[in-house]
This record gives sequence, C-alpha cells and structure tokens, in this order.
Amino acid sequence: MITLDSLTKVFPAPGGGDPVVALDGIDLHLEPGRVHGIVGRSGAGKSTLIRCLTGLEKPSSGRVEVDGTDIAALEGAALRTARRNIGMVFQHANLLDSRTAAQNIAHPLEIAGVPRAQRQRRVAELVELVGLTGREHNHPAQLSGGQIQRVGIARGLAAEPKVLLCDEPTSALDGSTTRQILRLISDLRERLGITVVIITHEMGVVREVCDTVTLLQDGRITQTGDLLDVAADPHGPLSAELIPLPPAPTGIDALVVNCDYGNSERFHTTDDLIRLAETYEAEATLVAGTIETIGGRQVGRVQLALRNRSGAAISAEGLAAFLAELEAAGVVAKEVTA
Amino acid sequence: MIEILQEWLSNPLLTRWDGGPWQATLVTLYMTVVTMLLTVLLGLPLGIALFETEGSTSPLVRTFNQVVGFVVNVLRSFPFFILIIALIPVTAAITGRSTGPNAAMIALTIAAVPFAARLFELNLREIPAGKIEAVRMMGASRWQVIRQVLIPEALPGIIGSITTTTIAVIGYTAMAGSVNSGGLGQLAYNRGYTGYQTEMIIVTVILLVAIVILVQLLGSRLARGVDHRARTV
Repeated sequence: MITLDSLTKVFPAPGGGDPVVALDGIDLHLEPGRVHGIVGRSGAGKSTLIRCLTGLEKPSSGRVEVDGTDIAALEGAALRTARRNIGMVFQHANLLDSRTAAQNIAHPLEIAGVPRAQRQRRVAELVELVGLTGREHNHPAQLSGGQIQRVGIARGLAAEPKVLLCDEPTSALDGSTTRQILRLISDLRERLGITVVIITHEMGVVREVCDTVTLLQDGRITQTGDLLDVAADPHGPLSAELIPLPPAPTGIDALVVNCDYGNSERFHTTDDLIRLAETYEAEATLVAGTIETIGGRQVGRVQLALRNRSGAAISAEGLAAFLAELEAAGVVAKEVTA
Repeated sequence: MIEILQEWLSNPLLTRWDGGPWQATLVTLYMTVVTMLLTVLLGLPLGIALFETEGSTSPLVRTFNQVVGFVVNVLRSFPFFILIIALIPVTAAITGRSTGPNAAMIALTIAAVPFAARLFELNLREIPAGKIEAVRMMGASRWQVIRQVLIPEALPGIIGSITTTTIAVIGYTAMAGSVNSGGLGQLAYNRGYTGYQTEMIIVTVILLVAIVILVQLLGSRLARGVDHRARTV
C-alpha cells in the first residue's frame, strides 16, 4: 500500500552550516490492511516522514508511493486529489473550533465537493462508527479529549481513504482513553480493512495494536518487521524497548540468570524454563521479568534465581550445561554478574 | 441637577436640528459606518494577503509582501491630522470636493484600512498552524483554506479588530472637522471651543462616549456569539 524507495530529505541549515539530513535513504514497504507502527525518538525523522507521505514536503530524492501513486511527483490539483486517499489523525486532533463535531467530520467531504445529502448520510454513519452518537452537534470545546480524538478519527475516515495515517494519536490522552482509542483503531482496521500507519514514541501503543513495527533512528531504519519477530529478537534494538527488563533485584542469595525467550520453538513460557531447571536438580524462582503476549505468543524477558535443591549454590558445570541447553533451543540466556 | 438638564433641553443651541448635536451625531455615524464598510471590504483581503504571503518561498511573492507591508507601515505612521490634509488633492480628485463628509471618508478609509489589515493579520496568526495544515492535508485548495479555516476560525478576533478600528475611526472623525466634514468633533471645536459654548462641548463628549460604549458592547457581544473556543477562566 505504501512503498518508500530510498527516500531522502535534506534541509538546508538555518545558519548556513551543515545541511540537516532528516531522512537518509528510507526503503520501506507497508502491506495493505495491517497496522504499521513507526517508532523513534524526537528528531528521528518521524514528522518529516509524515510530511513527505502527505506531500506537504517534497523529498530531496527517492519515491513515495501511496496506493500506486508517486506522491512526490504530484503538484497542485493532482496532489490535492491524491491527499484525499490518506486520512490523517493528529496528536491534538486539530479540529476547527468554529465547527461542530459533525461539521468537522464532514469537512474532508466538503473539500472534495460531495453533495450535502450524501455528506450528511456519511457523517451519520461515521458518528455511529466511532461511538459519538448524541455528541455530533457539540463544538470541540464541549467534548472530552477522548471524544475529540474520536471526531479526529471519524474525520480522517470520512473520505474513505485507503490509508489512515495517525501521528501520535494517543500521546495527549490518559491511559484508559488511550486504550479506548487504540481499540477503536484496531476495530476499524478489522471492519474497514483499511491500512493504518501509527507514528508514536509510546511502545505500549505498538504492543497493543501494531502488526509490524519500524524503528527510525537519525533518519534511517534500524529495524523493521512483524511485531512478534522484532520483539522476540533479543539482539535487535527494539526488543529491549518493547519487552523491557525491570531493574535487577538486589540482595538475592542465589545465582541470577537472564533469559529472553519468544524466539524459541521449544520453550514458550516461563514455566517451561523453570521445569527445565528442575531436570538439572535446580530450583528456579522468577525474580523479575516482563512477559507480553504478542500475536497469541508469549514473549518474555525474565530473571531467574537458581538454587540447588539442597539449598547450596549450583555447580559451575550444571549452570553451563543449563545455559547451553537454553541457547540451543533459541533462548538467549546469560548469568547476571553483580 | 434636574434644573440644569431642563435648562439644556430648552436651550435652542442644543435642541435645534440644523447645526445642532443631533444632526452632528448622524453625520458622525454616517462617516463611521461607510468608512468601516469600506475598511472591512479592503482591509480583510489585505490582512489575508499579508498573512498568506509571509515567509513564501517564491521571491516574487516575498517582494509583494515586503512592498505591501512597507506601504501599510508608512500609512499607519502618519498622524491622521497630517494625512487628511495631505490627501486633500486626492479626495478632491475622487469626490470632486475637498471638504465635507464624503471627502473626509476617503481619508478616513485610507487611514483605517492599514490599521485594520495589521489587526486582521494578527488575528489570523493566532490560528494554530496545525489546524491549517490538517485541512491542507485533506486536499484543500488555498481558497478553501481561506474560506473554511482562516476566516471562521479567526472570526471572534476579526470582530474584535473591527470593533477596535471602529472606535479609532470615531476618534478620527473629530479631526476630520479640519476639512469641514461636519459631525460631533467639528461641532465641539467650532461651537464649543472657539465659540465659547461650554455646554456644546459637554453634550458632544457625552454623545461620543455613549456611541463608543455602544459600539464596544455590540462588538463584544457579537464576538462572544461566534466564539466556540474553550473558555479558560
């Protein structure tokens, strides 16, 4: 649905110094009908990427293809028409205060010249779809943050775009509203089959709704792939952010071992690891860890404290054999040195 | 108190129509209303043009912005009293007369348009850039952005600017007396000041204050009526 081909954007430096490379040869292909997360710290190039996708910014070089159209090559009326294929949802919704919720939702249709009767039918549909029934004649000032974002999403969907581009859609919302909005987004994807791109710095958003995730760092893609693969890859930069390891416990009188599983075919749960330890005559206790279920599969980063059944410290050979068996099964395991 | 009022109400100088304060009030209102109609008609497009051409990437558009901005600044820095005299040949060419309310209105409009245009430009600047960009991303043309975003979103501020300009114009009409425009200002000067009719000064001042208060009240109420932004207490 979206293909970026060595997309590069260079801004001239404001003071005449070295030019700023915001995007540095981005190659990315986003499949239709899925929720794609693009993450990165501020300054990584996320905003520039959005502006290139909507044609507000012309790339310095490379192609930006949305639904088979090269956005970067379009100008004027053709660009404006192509933009209607992309629905935008913003962090602060950017609704117009002078319009009611319904009038805001109708706005993209008004711009596209859809007749009034048809516009009203579509708005009624959308109001119901996003769960705003009864509030459609309120102005944004009379709505809560979550309701405002629902209006924003309905407006983004109004012109039946192929792609819904969400720029930090939940960063200004509280926790429970965030979950409601994310549920709405994944629900819409299922019902409408729309392609969703979510730009965010919140890993929770990625874990909750994204099918794929792409990490942007200094204008380059450092990791991209299906969420499960990325989260389960213990060596990738995103895994530690998606499945963060809590601070190591202190004052434990035992050997502590770090285990990352999720990539393993043999071990699927923490209990599997504990049972394996038992075969080495050791007792394993879970002392810290993050366990997430992604795509119906458990991915975890845990710390296990190991003791011998008799209460003594386990032998060096026993530990080595235990770690070796874990590694062989695709679990990244290593002893935590104090 | 009541005696003074009764005395004034029976004072032929104050109650007569021709050359009296009531006729002068009408002349002042006439000049103000027509000037303001012209000012909004010319000043709003000028304010939008200043806003839209600011920071353009095209050197031609940038030059336009600078030239218009310069002319606006020059006109705004003219003291109105000097401007109205300097414009006498222009008003004479347009209206055929260099005196009277119609001649004064030309000068009033030329003074008010740049004043209002700058205020309108500021009103537009208060719209968060994200809202304008959001509508552009929907595929709106420049004209659609002006009509559907800039004007409606800035409307409460625009009404406030029109109110402020109207009050400034009422003040200017007093100085328009120097070209025999008629109106309350000239009455106060000719009869009150140089003719030693103190009552006339008091009456014209009361009338001017009343007009300004009414204009402000009306403007504030209209602005509140169209303002749907969240109110911060």
